[in-house]
This record gives sequence, structure tokens and C-alpha cells, in this order.
Amino acid sequence: MYPAPFDYVAPTSLEEAVEELAQRGDDARVLAGGQSLIPMMKLRLAVPAALVDINRVPGLDSIQEANGHLAIGALVRNNDIVDSDIVERTNHTVAAAAPWISDPIVRNRGTLCGSVAHCDPEGDWNSVMLAVGAEVVARSATGERVIPIADFIADFFTNTLQPGEMVTEVRIPKYTGRAGGTYIKLERKVGDYATAAVATHLQLEDDGRIAQAGIAMTSVAPINRKATEAEQMLVGQTPSAELFGEAAQAAANAADPETNVRGPAEYKRDLIRVYTRRGLAKALEIAQGS
Amino acid sequence: MTTTEQPALRTSEQICGMGHNRRRIEDDRFIQGAGNYLDDVKLPNMLHMAILRSPVAHARIVSIDTSEAQALDGVVAVVTGELMAQHNLAWMPTLSGDTQAVLATDKVRYQGQEVAAVIATDPYIARDALSLIFVDYDDLPAVVNPQQGLAGDAPLIRDEKEEQTDNVAYRWETGDAHATERAFAEAATVVELDTFYPRSHPCPLEPCGAVADVNPATGKATIYLTSQAPHAHRTLFALVAGLPEQNIRIISPDLGGGFGNKVPIYPGYVVATAASLLIGKPVKWIESRSENLISTGFARDYYMKGALALDAEGHITAMRAELLSDQGAFFADAQPTRFRAGLFHICTGSYDFPAAHVKATGVFTNKAPGGVAYRCSFRVTEASYLIERLVENAANQIGVDPAEFRRRNFIKAHQFPYRSATGFLYDSGDYHGAMDKALEMVDYEHWRAEQAKGPREDGKLIGIGLASFTEVVGAGNSREYDIAGLKMIDSAELRVHPTGKAILKLGVKSQGQGHETTFAQIVAEELGIPASDVIVMEGDTDNTPYGLGTYASRSTPVAGAATAVISRQLRDKAAKLAAHLLEASEDDLEWEPGKFSVKGAPDRSVTIQDIAFAAYTNFPEGMQAGLEGVHYYDPPNMTYPFGTYVVVVAVDPETGVWEVLKMVAVDDCGVRINPMVVEGQITGGLTEGFAMSNMQWITFDGDGNCIGSNFTDYLVPTAWETPRFDLGQTVTPSPHHPIGAKGVGESATVGSPAAFVNAVLDALKPYGVRNIDMPVLPHRVWEAVQGAPAPA
Repeated sequence: MYPAPFDYVAPTSLEEAVEELAQRGDDARVLAGGQSLIPMMKLRLAVPAALVDINRVPGLDSIQEANGHLAIGALVRNNDIVDSDIVERTNHTVAAAAPWISDPIVRNRGTLCGSVAHCDPEGDWNSVMLAVGAEVVARSATGERVIPIADFIADFFTNTLQPGEMVTEVRIPKYTGRAGGTYIKLERKVGDYATAAVATHLQLEDDGRIAQAGIAMTSVAPINRKATEAEQMLVGQTPSAELFGEAAQAAANAADPETNVRGPAEYKRDLIRVYTRRGLAKALEIAQGS
Repeated sequence: MTTTEQPALRTSEQICGMGHNRRRIEDDRFIQGAGNYLDDVKLPNMLHMAILRSPVAHARIVSIDTSEAQALDGVVAVVTGELMAQHNLAWMPTLSGDTQAVLATDKVRYQGQEVAAVIATDPYIARDALSLIFVDYDDLPAVVNPQQGLAGDAPLIRDEKEEQTDNVAYRWETGDAHATERAFAEAATVVELDTFYPRSHPCPLEPCGAVADVNPATGKATIYLTSQAPHAHRTLFALVAGLPEQNIRIISPDLGGGFGNKVPIYPGYVVATAASLLIGKPVKWIESRSENLISTGFARDYYMKGALALDAEGHITAMRAELLSDQGAFFADAQPTRFRAGLFHICTGSYDFPAAHVKATGVFTNKAPGGVAYRCSFRVTEASYLIERLVENAANQIGVDPAEFRRRNFIKAHQFPYRSATGFLYDSGDYHGAMDKALEMVDYEHWRAEQAKGPREDGKLIGIGLASFTEVVGAGNSREYDIAGLKMIDSAELRVHPTGKAILKLGVKSQGQGHETTFAQIVAEELGIPASDVIVMEGDTDNTPYGLGTYASRSTPVAGAATAVISRQLRDKAAKLAAHLLEASEDDLEWEPGKFSVKGAPDRSVTIQDIAFAAYTNFPEGMQAGLEGVHYYDPPNMTYPFGTYVVVVAVDPETGVWEVLKMVAVDDCGVRINPMVVEGQITGGLTEGFAMSNMQWITFDGDGNCIGSNFTDYLVPTAWETPRFDLGQTVTPSPHHPIGAKGVGESATVGSPAAFVNAVLDALKPYGVRNIDMPVLPHRVWEAVQGAPAPA
């Protein structure tokens, strides 16, 4: 496991980091947790000319509540999210997904922002971000912009960052009122990518009807996919097993899985149906209890 | 001679002989990161080697251009098959009498095959240079399974072999075909099962490697090697490379697991040694994980058609098995020479019936060579899996509880020694006792009652699976068992120093089994020297006696026996020395561990330490000085460990996910030298058995590309997904082994996969599912349920 030669810089401020990125352009990759990047480099599947290591940049490693959202910095490790009381209190979908991110060793180093930026359709976080409606904060030498997650994910392993931009923060809306959500994942073993997984999020009206619904799926399409039709079927309705069953079927119809070592496409599609139904039931149970 | 308890301790905690849960002494250095593994070996002026491997499964090599790689700064040499051929080393013999390419000259025959090697001043440069070697391949169609290999239009993989006209590696059969046929003709019920034991990989934590150091001044080749069989490897190096054997020293340092993966000789070893010889400097080669997974000895890949004949009372009367083995591109199994399908013919298992017939065909394919590895006892894993699946199906087919069906058909305790239908002489056993204990521990009746209630509230189905395996381990005897002509004996050399401390040198080689701890306990038991005063040395061929190595659970049956015998021989000499020191007749002496005393006068005694000192300072006239000796042990028979495993699962029919609610493993491996180490071995083996049944396999696409070349695709379970195991024991000593012990290292991988699979299938009985091949991944359960009628 010997990577090809590369340059390495370790800036100590955000200004310096974006300046390095501005100068090096597409040849440089940002190193935060490195849990996808480093193995790819060791296998020589990724051969970046330079790494800009942001681990010494101050101010990126905190989870904060601000303006109705949770701000998760680019150096917040997945295990910080697992351990976070704020997350547990404010977003059940995120809290439920965090322990399912790979294995404890990867969670010690890997970051949410890195995973979001990586846009691996088998990654868990972007499904969660789609279900809860997160935003991505991108910074470059010339300024900062805020990108809705659905606009951030461009394609298979492709985001909409411009050359010279880096993700500094992900913003996750905090629950208000009666809300709940979860993440259900089938993995063959700890650390495996999902065979299939579903993130669900429900926000209820005072009268018990569904105000907002978020459903997104992992490993069943070229990108993490939002089950938009299923979401729309739920909004404004009174929750019931039948309704959830119909929405689950709509989500399954929206999946476009591949047959591979994790199983045939038909199986994964059916898993989406079962997990959406179970996920909505769990989200409702939490919302009704909150 | 059945007992159900471990014999009482005969030694004090301080002496720590057999039966004590002595803590593994080797772990001190391992857990401190102070082990000495292959990659820790660093020699002055050492160069680094990297191997270029074929990206395709089957292709003719048109040309290899190494000029750019040669020109890279830091590259010392680029080795191709052409260069190896100049030294007559482009091909090498395998352990099964075939030949294998060291570096490909004519064709590549599997993805990952060795094509060229770069030797450079550092490992990064060596790998950089690989991308500067340009090979022109002319692709050929790939054969990716044995059925394809046997088809009339299959490409001939081994076209370099003059006598080879098809892809058949061997045909082999054993047993009585006629008697078996007759029994099937007369059977009241015939139970059939077609099943596939998929390709898996032993995947030791440490991959394979070598540091070859050929001294240009003396000609001495010191080769550090990840070797489970260093002595056999020395001899084979002498035969292959033509080096004089006295000039070859194999040192097998600490091994990070082996599981049979480190028994074969790999091309990398040969190329590194040749490179060191040619360049005159030490050369290190160590694989990456992916290289290990795609090119080294895999396991199984076995298609089995099995059948049982039953009479009207539900007794088995015969078994037949037809096997199709995917050998990969070369027949390179490490197994006893005369048995082409390993010891598969132990497939009659724990059951008493008169007739069996086994027919095996080995086929060349465009996949990495191997098949016999991964804690398998020479294909006993496949055999045990087949019979235990068949027995379960037989019970279901005639509507008898699987435990009762086994009870009805087990060999009975009074029948031992028992001659099996395929000729094995089972040494000892009490199969009813082990199963009764397992059923009691698991609370079988309770789980059957739970199951009878139907699906649980969460929709999950309960299933209970059994496996009552019998293994055959501890090869040889020398009459029947050899590898590449080398008889399967093993040895122990014991040297007791004047101060009463000792060194025990063995021809076997621990890869994690704990030899340093347990073999010292045998000496402690027999001589009364505290185990902590006995150091155990293995793996250095210049400094240990000859042996065939550690695999197939043979260390305790063979080297353990040698240790006991040499200890007893030294005790006999110690008795003479004691008589001399006590001025008494040898007949008047009494032995207790560590001490001789005069009968009736217990105050007149000498310790083994006093005796050891006298052996060098005060020995009687006419006696040779010293308290040392070596013994070569040729086992009179194999040993036959056995046990019953019971698994309870809950299956979610909607997702196919299954979880283990309870797992009980009752093992009988005879007398346990160190119960804690035995339990560690069983726990590891059960984990691997669970892995095979639940998640592990290596597959190939239609072009022969390996799917399973890294830990994303090849799954190794962690503590998280591994269920809890409740271990139990019965103790039925081996009557022919000096200390009554049997091998145990592989029992759990051999026995457990069938128990897990039987449990899942038992849960799916309402759906009428009779077979799901391993690994029983959720999607396979789901597919089986989808295809089935809804349960009543």
C-alpha cells in the first residue's frame, strides 16, 4: 500500500488553506479525515498532485447551534456526532445515522463534511442530509456561499464545488415542535457500505397531520436519492399504516439499484420498501412522543 | 475409555503442567507491539521487491517491455520469466505434483498471476516502476468455474503440459461403489442435496512475504519466510533452486496467522531468493492485502452432490458424494500425496453405516490456485458440511427430529475403535454424550417449543440447527501420509540445562496457536520442570529438528506426542541419575512431578533440578553426560475430535436478515493441555465458521475478474457481528496418543458452518426451503422466501 508521489501542505488558517486551493486548483485535494481519500491513494485509484491538510486550521471542529440550525464544522469527526448531546436533542435522523457510519476507527477520523463532499452514493450522510434538508457552506479565496444539499450533489462522486472552493460547514435544520426521524441501514458487516439504507424525517402539525416529510435512499441510485414522490404523498395527510405502505412503495419505485455482490436489484428495491415503511413508523413514534 | 471430565490436575500451579489455564506467554510481546513479524525484519543494504501481476484472467503474453522501469532512478533490477527461465526457475513444482509458473513466460492463467518483479532501493520506487513495465496481452476466453472447464469447447488452460488434453487436474474415487449402489437401490428413502461450498480465503492478518539474504561470500542463504512448514520448505527450496540444503536456513519469525495460507511455496519467495542470489544483497518482498487475497492459497470452491440412503426405520445405509473441485490454474493443494481430494472421505462423519462412495474431479480454471486451506484439515470442512446438511435434510424428509435422527444413527461409544465405510479407524468417541450435553446447554426443548408458536411478534422466525461433526486430524502415520514424498512425522528436541531450566525445540511452527505456552506445559507435566522454566523454540531450521509443520491440526497430535515421549525418555534417564544420587535402586524410587523419592522414605528425595545438575556434574560411571534428547514421532493413527454445535437463529423473512440468538459448542478434543487456549482456538474457529456461513466468499465475474480483492468485498467479521458462543466440553481421550490429546485447531471451522446454515433453513421450513448456499446473505434468504409458497 504505497501511494504515488504527492505534495503536502498543512496550512494553519482558513485563509491560507483557501489560498493554497486557489493556487493549486483541481490538482489539490483537501485532507480532513482522509478515510476515503487515503485508501484510494494507497490503492493508487486517486493520484492527487497535492494534499491540503486542513487538520491544523482552527475553528472547524465544533458542533454549534445557531439561527435554528446545527452547524457542523469541517473537522468534526463522526464520533463527535455520535457523542453529541446537541445532535441527540435536535435531530433524530442525524443521531440515528451517526453510529452506522462505517466502524469506530473510521468514525474517529472521518468527518461528516468530508463524506458529504465525497458524494459517494453508497455513503450514508448525504441521504440523511437530503431527508432533513441540510445546506453546505463552501468557502474560497473570494468568498463564501451556502448551497442546498440537493444542489450540492451533482453526480456519482461529483459535487458542485468550484475549483478553489472547500466545504467548511454543513448546516442541519433543528427540529421544531413534534418531529422525528431515523436511519435504517442493512450492512453485511460493520464498516461495510449499505446494501441499502433509508433516512426518514417527519414533522407533524398540531393536529397530527404531516407538515413535512423527508425520505432519502443510500446505495440504490448513482447518487443518494430523495424519494420526492413518496414525500409528497405524505405531506398534509394523517399518518396511517396504509399511507406509509403506499409511500414506501413509491420510494421503492424511485430506487434504481444495481445487482452486485450486495445482492440483486429486486432485493434492494424491496428493502427500500420495507425500510421506508419501518422508518416512517419509527419517525412517527418519535414525533408523537416529542 | 470414556470420561466426561478433564482429568484432575497432577501438577501444582507453580509447575503448571497440563490442565492449567496458563496465560499465553507469547502475548506479552504481541500486545506490546514487540513481536517480530516478517515485515519487522530489516537487514543492512536490504532491497525491496514488488510484483507486477496480470490484470486479466487468461491471455497470451506477446511482449514485455521493461526498459522504462529499468531506467527509473532507484531500480536495481527488473526480473521477468525469461530471466528466470535462464536459471531454470520459470516454473516450480507444487505440493500436489503439478508445476506452477513462477513468473509467466507463455500465458497468464489467472488475474493476479505473477508476471514480473522490480527490485529497488525502496518500496515506493519498486511500486512506481511497476507502472512503467508494459506488457502486451493477447486475451483468451476465461474459464471461471469447473463446469465451464469441463465443457467440450473450453479453452485448454494448461497447454504447456504435453500430456494434458483437457482441463481435468485429477480424477479420484474411494469407497465401495458397488455396495453403495446396491444400498441405494434397496433404500426406503433417498435424500439428496446439491450444494456449493464457495471459494473463501484464509486471510491471515499478516500477508505472505520473504526476506532473502544470500551471502555472496559464503553462499549461505538465510531466508526469512512466512512459513507454516519451514523444514519442508527448506527441502523444497533445495530441490527447486538446486541450492545445497546445508546452505539454506529458513527462519519463520512470528507469524500473524496462517490458517493454511502459509503452507504453499509462492512465486514471490522464489523470485526474492533468486534476486538476492543474483544481486548479492538481501531482498524483501511482502504482499499487500489485495495481493494476498487474489493470488495466494484460497479455500474450498467445491461443488458437492451428496445423497443418503435410508431404510424404513430411518437408519442410514449408505452415502454417495460426487465432487467437482475448482483447483484454479495450477494443482497446488498442500495435502497428503495419495489423497487427491484431501481427506474428504471422512464424509461419513459421526454415523454408523456400511457403505460409501466418493468420486472427485478436480478442474483447472482461470483462477488463483489452491483449495486446501483455512482451518480445513484437508477438506474435512467440505466433508463435514455435506454430511451434516444431508443428515438434517434426511430428518426433515422422514419427519423425525434432527437430534433424534442423529441419535439413531450415531456410532455408539462401545463401537470404538470404529472402522468407517471409507476405511478410517476412528480412535475414540462418545457422540451421544456430546450431543446430549449440547442440547441440555442450549435448552433444546425450550427452543423447539418457542419455534412451534410460529412467528414472533416482530415477524421473525425461530430456527434451530445442529451439527455433530467428526474430524480426522494429526497426520500421519508415515505409511499413508506424506507431502511431496516427505513423511508426515514430527519431532521434539528437549535439552535440560544444568540449572534445571530447559529448551524445547520443535519442527512445527505456531501461527497463533500458543505453542510457546502449551508445549512447555507438556514438559512440565512429564518432568515436573515449571513451565515458566521451559522455553519453546520453533521456526529456525538451523536450530530445530526436522518436521512437517503446523497445519491440519497436527501439532498436538504429532509434535505434542513427540514432546511427551522425549520428556518421558529424559525422565527415565533422570530416574537412573536419581538412583545414583540417592544411592538407592531405581525400582525403589517413586515419581511425583518434579521429584524422585525413595518408597517409604519420603524425606530421601531429589528434585528434577538436582538431577539436571548431576547430569552435568555428578553422573555415574558408564552413563553419558547430559539430559538431552530428540524424538521423532510417527503417529500410529490419526486422532478424531468431535462435538455437537447447536445454533438458534431468528430470521426476518421480510429482509432476509438473520441473527444468532444462541450458539452452543460442545467439543471433545480428548485431554486438554491448556483449556483456556483450547477455548480460544474454538472461539476463533467458530468466528470463522460463522463468517463463511454468513458473509464470506470470493466470486469472479464472467471474465475472471476477482470480486473480493479487498476488505470492502471480502468480509471478515468483527466482534460486533460475531455472536456470543457458549462453550462446553466432554473429554474422551485418544487411546493411542501419549497424553490422550487430539487436535482442536480446526474443529470449529469444520463443524460450525453446517450448524448455522441448518438453523436458517430450519427457520424457513414453513416455506419449504431446502437449500441456500453459503454465504447465507440476506438477499439469498429473501430470494428463497420469494420463490416459495406462503406458509400455511
